Amino acid sequence: MRITQGQFSFLPELTDAEIQAQIQYALDQGWALAVEYTDDPHPKNYYWSMWGTPMFDLKDAAGVLMEILACRVARPHDYIKVQAFDSNKGFESIRMAFIVQRPDYEPGFELVRSEGPGRIIHYSIRGYANALPSCERYGASR
Amino acid sequence: MRALWCQPVTLLMEPVPVEKPEPDDLVDLAALYADSHIAEILTQLDRDLVGLVPVKTRIREIAALLLVESGRRELGIQAEPPSLHMCFTGNPGTGKTTVARRMADVLYRLKYIRRNHVVTVSRDDLVGQYIGHTAPKTKEVLKKAMGGVLFIDEAYYLYRPENERDYGQEAIEILLQVMEDNRNDLVVILAGYKDRMDTFFRSNPGMASRIAHNIDFPDYSADELYDIAEIMMASMHYRFDTGAVAVMRDYIARRMQQPRFANARSIRNAIDRARLRMANRLFALRDTPATRQALETITAEDILTSRVFAQ
Repeated sequence: MRITQGQFSFLPELTDAEIQAQIQYALDQGWALAVEYTDDPHPKNYYWSMWGTPMFDLKDAAGVLMEILACRVARPHDYIKVQAFDSNKGFESIRMAFIVQRPDYEPGFELVRSEGPGRIIHYSIRGYANALPSCERYGASR
Repeated sequence: MRALWCQPVTLLMEPVPVEKPEPDDLVDLAALYADSHIAEILTQLDRDLVGLVPVKTRIREIAALLLVESGRRELGIQAEPPSLHMCFTGNPGTGKTTVARRMADVLYRLKYIRRNHVVTVSRDDLVGQYIGHTAPKTKEVLKKAMGGVLFIDEAYYLYRPENERDYGQEAIEILLQVMEDNRNDLVVILAGYKDRMDTFFRSNPGMASRIAHNIDFPDYSADELYDIAEIMMASMHYRFDTGAVAVMRDYIARRMQQPRFANARSIRNAIDRARLRMANRLFALRDTPATRQALETITAEDILTSRVFAQ
């Protein structure tokens, strides 16, 4: 099941040139870029791990792309996304976020129903990949 | 009107047959030259920078190289882009930083770099203070400079042979890697005094082999220094009166013999001090209103009170 989070996730995978162009757009708006990765793409997992610190005062997208490539080498089986933070007053939040790497096989989520008192049913979703320990997900140790 | 309308269009557009080579094999270098507006920059360079003939020659050569390179690209001739990392050597005040900015201009106009910006750093911006501090620091600087020019002033300080645990070596290694891997994204210019840079390159052959252009900045002659003084004065809307011209020339000749002479920088400082004395002179006469001419003119007296003449 293909995970759709952030921008462009219904499109085919962006090429590196396309990623660079999107990053350049964000930089031209004066936004700070950050690279993050995770092996738990649950929609409510707001806190992905940071790949280095957010990058301020950059002029050209090549610097961000360099970090993305380094992150791909270090985390070949994880999800990687790029975020653009707008520090302008009134926004002060993420203006862009898109996935730049995903595992080859995405097992998707299980819908878990748990019965409560009085025939109440609580629903939750749980990533199939989460059944494995963090270091073994998405074929990391196979 | 009607008659014009009826003119068959083909007649008007009939091509004139001319003998010429295949259009696919032609590239108009003159048009490329005009499009890049590089001529303006080169003339401006000639006008603003006094002397520095070898430097200007090299900039022209690089401009020609990039122009021909873009012509080749237009015809689809494949080639790796040329490596343009440079080293500027010369004594203090010979215009290394100024030329680095102009160089960025030239490279940007010729589309070798994507952004017209120069990031100027020195050892402190690249080298960290404890283990693990250097790599992120150097990388951050490199990322900021991406797309433009990274100017490393007094680059020889990066390498400190007397301290084997110095983190400068780590910065050099990261720098080398990025200079090689991101050759299309970044131009690195190292600057420093000639003898110290030579020592630096001897101990870092990897760095020496990645620098394609070594440009040596000669010291200015006394006449050139006077011309520089004139240009500086004009840009600040000051001028020398007739007496001051000879005194300024004399001042330059004396100052050149003194220790810690820093070429154009010494001249700038001399002018700044002359301005100070002129202001004091006018301030002492504040009871009478000063004319515009008086406010613009530096007299012999303003220069003669310098300590250079006291010795």
